[in-house]
Amino acid sequence: MTVARTWAVALSGLDGALIDVEADLSQQTPDFRIIGLGDRALGEAVQRVHNACANSGLPLPRRRLTINLSPASLPKQGSSFDLAIAIAALATDGTVDSASVAATVHLGELGLDGRVRPVTGVLPAVVAAARAGRRRIVVPVANLAEASLVDDVEVIGAASLAEVAFRHGADIALPDPPEPDTVPVRVTSDAEPVDLADVIGQRDAVESLIVAAAGGHHMLMSGPPGAGKTMLARRLPGILPPLDERAALAVASVRSLSGESVTSLSRIPPLESPHHTASVVALVGGGSRIIRPGAIARASEGVLFLDEAGEFPASVLDALRQPLERGDIEIHRSGITVRYPARFQLVLATNPCPCGNYGVRGATCECPPFAIRRYTGRLSGPLLDRVDIELPIRRVSTVGAEPPGSRQTSAEARERVARARESAVRRLRGTPWRRNVDVAGAWLRDGPAAPEPTVRRPLDAALERGALTLRGYDRVLRVAWTLADLDERTRLEASDIGRALFMKKGIAA
Amino acid sequence: MAAKDDLGRAGEDAVASYLTASGYAVLDRNWRCPQGEVDLVALDGDEIVVVEVKTRTSERFGHPLEAIDGRKRARLWRLAAVWCRQHPDAARGRRMRLDAVAIVGAEPSAFRIEHLRDLR
Repeated sequence: MTVARTWAVALSGLDGALIDVEADLSQQTPDFRIIGLGDRALGEAVQRVHNACANSGLPLPRRRLTINLSPASLPKQGSSFDLAIAIAALATDGTVDSASVAATVHLGELGLDGRVRPVTGVLPAVVAAARAGRRRIVVPVANLAEASLVDDVEVIGAASLAEVAFRHGADIALPDPPEPDTVPVRVTSDAEPVDLADVIGQRDAVESLIVAAAGGHHMLMSGPPGAGKTMLARRLPGILPPLDERAALAVASVRSLSGESVTSLSRIPPLESPHHTASVVALVGGGSRIIRPGAIARASEGVLFLDEAGEFPASVLDALRQPLERGDIEIHRSGITVRYPARFQLVLATNPCPCGNYGVRGATCECPPFAIRRYTGRLSGPLLDRVDIELPIRRVSTVGAEPPGSRQTSAEARERVARARESAVRRLRGTPWRRNVDVAGAWLRDGPAAPEPTVRRPLDAALERGALTLRGYDRVLRVAWTLADLDERTRLEASDIGRALFMKKGIAA
Repeated sequence: MAAKDDLGRAGEDAVASYLTASGYAVLDRNWRCPQGEVDLVALDGDEIVVVEVKTRTSERFGHPLEAIDGRKRARLWRLAAVWCRQHPDAARGRRMRLDAVAIVGAEPSAFRIEHLRDLR
């Protein structure tokens, strides 16, 4: 046997491609080369594999070894191919059983002493391998919990190269496992988010938050500092419906790619709140050689919260427009294109002006008019066009006026949201949409469920007055439907449209 | 120095008898020219074979074959061409080939011989 093969996975975004790792042993002077569009880390794999094999008591054959990573035209990056390369190389001269090796996917980085080190992106890689029909996967033992989240595949955790070779039939004494490498300990806390009942005296705002959650509507909160904007936004993931299997896997995959340790599938939608000094790349993802997911990919299936939205550079906010439109983000670099999911619900919070006191009762705003214009101007235009609910938030003026039992808890709100979503799914049966925010405008206006002229009269009036654009018209209809869903009604009423209009622009019907 | 040279000489002897036993005809040994030296030139059927011999007592400082790198192979090919120019009668109409033979062992009775044919 002079040609042996095994499998590895190359990741491009969250999409994994199965890579055929071929090793050829030819009767030439000793040499070891890797071909197939690898990056720098893959070039250095030669040294790691060489030393790891020697130090594991598994010397490589002293002839010319050529490793080909196929498909050869697909760019590959990172150190996760080390283990597959070493095992394929050892199979060329029969040190390990080539049939067993060919039926297994290997992921992992090698240390010079032969230990198998953890790598990022194990979860999406295992998912891809399972989808491609592979049934047995060897992963670094430190990534075992993460890889085991995937059903229908046999996942084996390996601590050292010798252990893997032994499993494939190498004739060596199994060494003591090396001191396990600690996984990078960045873990997104799985704790139940804070409760909605903590919010005092913001009954209207809480209602709007529930509407936003029920319809998946993007939302802008505007109010003075200390009014509770951040407090409200942090409670949104807690009232959203729990993630289904597919969404939870996608969220965990992005976390795995970001280098976090994933040990269980979290059902709580993620909340990402990047600081306003974040760059475009930090937000949408990128990098020069290795393309990493940004905040919007990590917020996918959950909430992207931009606090102090007016402080974000306009270029950063504009970068959100395409992902908002498409639900994913494509990052192009020379020779490589990567796609990450970006199905997030956008929540913007802003002060009314730089000092925060503009329009606040009992406070004096000292900002010059042009400063206020510039501040709010950052948010104008195409981005605000995507926002369905604009919510002015006032400072709380009474504490303790309402008894604690009268406030909604997150559990109650989550129940209402879930019922509203179910009702929307029932109503939208036979259409491609499941949430109100996704429904096309034409279907809302002229589809089978279009409201009667008497019901939509206030809306037509606003459009005629010029208070609303046609796109705004559609947004109001979407929010109105969410209000109807929350009441579990299947017809729109005039009051729904009135309230939706008020929530969009503060326009009294 | 002398011990090393003796080992090399013993290795070349061992290879010469090994090649003869394998049906090669040894044409030349330790052939020198201004560009360098060729350990062995042999005839295998219809092919002129230029043989590089590497002898080491152990693999502690690397396998002998690892010492034959791309630069060394290029030099051997150049020497092979010079040899053919100087021996037109023997070389005419024959293909040329480069072989390497590695020997590991402290003395002739313990020699382990590895023969690589047709290096590129």
